[in-house]
Amino acid sequence: MKEYLLMLVGCLLVNNYVMCQFLGICPFLGVSKKFDTALGMGLAVTFVMTLASFMTWMVEHFLLMPLDLMYLRTIAFILVIAVLVQLVEMALKKLSFSLYQALGVYLPLITTNCAVLGVAVLNSNNGYGLLQSTLSGCFSALGFTLSLLLFSCIRERLEMSDMPKWMQGFPGALIAAGLMAVSFMGFSGLIG
Amino acid sequence: MDKKNTFLGALINGLLFENPTFVLMVGMCPTLAVTTAASNAIGMGLSTTVVLVCSNLFISLLRNLISEKIRIPAFIVVIASFVTIVEMVLKAYMPELSATLGLYIPLIVVNCIIFARAESFAFKNGPILALGDGIGMGLGFTAAITVLASVREIFGSGTLFGQEIMGSGYQPMSLLTAPAGGFLTLGVLLIIVNMIRKKIDARMAARKGGEPA
Repeated sequence: MKEYLLMLVGCLLVNNYVMCQFLGICPFLGVSKKFDTALGMGLAVTFVMTLASFMTWMVEHFLLMPLDLMYLRTIAFILVIAVLVQLVEMALKKLSFSLYQALGVYLPLITTNCAVLGVAVLNSNNGYGLLQSTLSGCFSALGFTLSLLLFSCIRERLEMSDMPKWMQGFPGALIAAGLMAVSFMGFSGLIG
Repeated sequence: MDKKNTFLGALINGLLFENPTFVLMVGMCPTLAVTTAASNAIGMGLSTTVVLVCSNLFISLLRNLISEKIRIPAFIVVIASFVTIVEMVLKAYMPELSATLGLYIPLIVVNCIIFARAESFAFKNGPILALGDGIGMGLGFTAAITVLASVREIFGSGTLFGQEIMGSGYQPMSLLTAPAGGFLTLGVLLIIVNMIRKKIDARMAARKGGEPA
């Protein structure tokens, strides 16, 4: 139990995907203008990343390894993710239309979110077991959601503030993200 | 004059007018992740360029065979195949670079630049134009991340391409090579690029205004 608790803290704060490992920067900068959209994206990513970690582990251990096809890992993983995103989209549309409406726009974007492929490749490189892989996917996605939500709050404030013209938009957002990453550096070394 | 209609035009367009990093703002993950040292940036940039050029050429050649409906999975398969080839070549011939770039090589698959060019350019244009676009975009990306990496390496560790250039008394600002430094440096560079672009735009507008219509 303690091991998984440490993993949670590690993924959420110490090795936060966005702030410390630069995975998932595109949606982090792209959909963080409003708190609500950030929340929607965060939930959608958490959902897909947890499922994708589970599925890619299955594919790796029951398909690629027995058939000695490990060199096809990248292709297999990205296809699994793309198919999964499509399936999730279709299933949500049928099962829970309100959730589909809330998350719908963000789902197609997730295929090209490098955090999803990143977690699959990292799990495989680290040789995690099934439970560990799934949890690492879920926790890392929660870390992504946390930084996305925090950043969206900052950006909502930035919109209101009176910045010099050359800093408005992306440059200002990047510098704000940089300052946020500095504060996340404070967590490094929290667990060994 | 439409700039994108020739091989050279497409090339220059990617290199300057629509530079993927500074103007289109795509492919941010590798941009920030591998730019702690200039040599890594060049390695990453060139690997991405190879994949981009090959995938652009291939998708352009296949554009009449791929049906509109299944184009996204088709793009993914083409791109992922080339990434796998690059990954294997790097592992075999440049094991050191392959080890430093590590995770980010398979992640070239989800680099938005490659996907965006396939969707918005290669799928709609002939192979020669697509080739020019691929080379231009790839080199534009390489140039941009090399500049970013050079700034971070010079100030963050006092070296450039591993050579000490700031003198032995220089106290490196290690913040710049930390993740936070990536965001900050890119933000500052963007401000500079935006200022230069505004100046050029203003000068172009002034020149156009001066000419008789």
